[in-house]
Amino acid sequence: MIDRNLPPVPRLGRHPSRWRLAGTPVITVMLGSTLTMLPVIAQSPVMPPFGLLILLAWRLLRPELWRVWIGLPLGLFDDMMSGQPIGSAMFLWTMMLIGIDAIEHRLVWRSYRQDWLIATMAIIFCLAGGVFFARITGGGSVKLLLVAPQMLWTILLFPFVVRQCARIDRWRVMA
Amino acid sequence: MARPPSRRPGHNRKAQYSLFASYVVAMAGAAIGLLLVVVAMFDPTGFAAIRTGTAELTRPLSTGMKRMVGGVSSIDEVLAAYWQAGSQNVGLRRQVEADRNRIIEAKGIAQENARLKKLLKLVDEDSSALLSARLISSSASSARRFARLNAGNWQGVRPGMPVRAAEGLIGRVHTTTPNTAEVLLLTDTSNIVPVRRANDNVPAISTGGGDGSLEIRALAAGRNPFKPGDLLVTSGIGGIYQPNIPVAVVVRTQGEIAYGVPLANPTKVDAVVVERAFEQVVTRPDPGAATNSDPNGLAAGNAATP
Repeated sequence: MIDRNLPPVPRLGRHPSRWRLAGTPVITVMLGSTLTMLPVIAQSPVMPPFGLLILLAWRLLRPELWRVWIGLPLGLFDDMMSGQPIGSAMFLWTMMLIGIDAIEHRLVWRSYRQDWLIATMAIIFCLAGGVFFARITGGGSVKLLLVAPQMLWTILLFPFVVRQCARIDRWRVMA
Repeated sequence: MARPPSRRPGHNRKAQYSLFASYVVAMAGAAIGLLLVVVAMFDPTGFAAIRTGTAELTRPLSTGMKRMVGGVSSIDEVLAAYWQAGSQNVGLRRQVEADRNRIIEAKGIAQENARLKKLLKLVDEDSSALLSARLISSSASSARRFARLNAGNWQGVRPGMPVRAAEGLIGRVHTTTPNTAEVLLLTDTSNIVPVRRANDNVPAISTGGGDGSLEIRALAAGRNPFKPGDLLVTSGIGGIYQPNIPVAVVVRTQGEIAYGVPLANPTKVDAVVVERAFEQVVTRPDPGAATNSDPNGLAAGNAATP
C-alpha cells in the first residue's frame, strides 16, 4: 500500500527535466513581479516587492543556481510590471546580486539568521534605490519615510517566502 | 551551516573565463540599466513602449479579477450600513427634508444661469467627456502612484487627458498603449494641480503626498488661508483640467501647508471618465466670449492654446 501523504521522492532512474530545474525559479520570480496586476488601486506603496523577495530567497537558498547576470532580465521584467522607471530594478537587482556574491566569500559561518540579515540589507538597498530613482526621474519629492512601512513588512515577510521557495524547490528537484 | 562551496573555479581555465564573463555581462547590463534611468530623467515616458507587451497581456486578467472583487470591496460599507440603522434612518430623513429646499433653490439658479448665458450668447455644450472606463490595477509596490486604465490609444485616450470620477478628480493620463493607459493619480508626488477654494476663489497648488494625501499651498504669500473643511475645486489654470471639478477637502493645516484628502477614492469608484484636455475643448473662434464666462479659468486656458 502506498501512503499518499509521504513526500514525493524521485523514482529510480528518473530525473527532473531541464525545464523544470532551470525554469521553475525564473517563473516564480516573474510571477512575484506580476502580482502588481492584482486589481488593487493602492494609494501608497503598500505591496511588498514580491519579485525581489523571491529572487533573494532563491539566491540565498541555492547559491549555485544563477550567475549574477540573472538580475538583468528579471529586473527588466519587474520594471515593466511595476511603475518604476525602466532600468531601475535592472541596475539595483544586479548590483544587489554582485554585493551578495562579495559578502558570501567573506562570511565564514552562515545560517538562517545571517541569510535574513543579508536579505534585510538587500531589501533596504533596493527599496531606497527605487525611491531615489523615482525621485530623479520626475517623481517630485518622494520621501524615504514613505517606503519605511513597506520596507518593514517586506523584511518581516522574507522568512515566509524562503519557506515557500524551499517547498517549491523540493518539488523542483523531485521528478 | 558552513559557508556554501566557493564559486571560485580553481585551475579550470574555461570555468574561470565563464565566471569572469558573467560578471562582465552583469556589470555592463547594470550600466545599461543606469543609462536607461538617466534617459528617463530627461524623458520620463521615453521607454514606456517597452511596457506595451506586459500591459496588454495582463489587461484581460486584471479586468476579470476587477469584476470579481467589485462586490467584495464594498462589503464593509454594506455591513456598516446595518450598524445603527434606525437612528441613521431618522437622521437621513431629516437631511432629505433639509436638502429638498436647497434642490429647489438650485433648480432656480440653474434656470437663471441658462437665461443669463443666452443673454451672453454663449453656447456651452459640454463636449469634454471622451469615454468612461475602469481602473484595473496599480503600481502597488512602487513609490510612484500609477493606476492602469482599461482603455488606451485605440479608444482615443491620449497622454495628458484628465481623468475624473463622479465624486471628483482622479488624475491624468501619463502614457498609453493600444488598449491600456497609465493614469498618474492625484496623490502622486509629481502631480501638481492648480486648485481654488470653492466658495471664495483663493488660488492654490495641490501636490500629491504619495501616501493618499495632498499638500496644498496657497499661491498668495502670508498666512495660510485654509482651515479644515475647506472644499477645493480645479481652477482651470494651465489648460489641462476644466474648472470646477471637485478635488479635495482640507483636513488639517500645518504652517504654510494645508493637508487635504481627495474626494474621489480610486479604490472605490466604479468607473472613471476620461476627458479631453481643457484647452482642446475651449478653442473657440471668439476669445472675448470665453473670457466673459469665467475670467480666472478660461482666459488662462485660451492663452495656453497655440
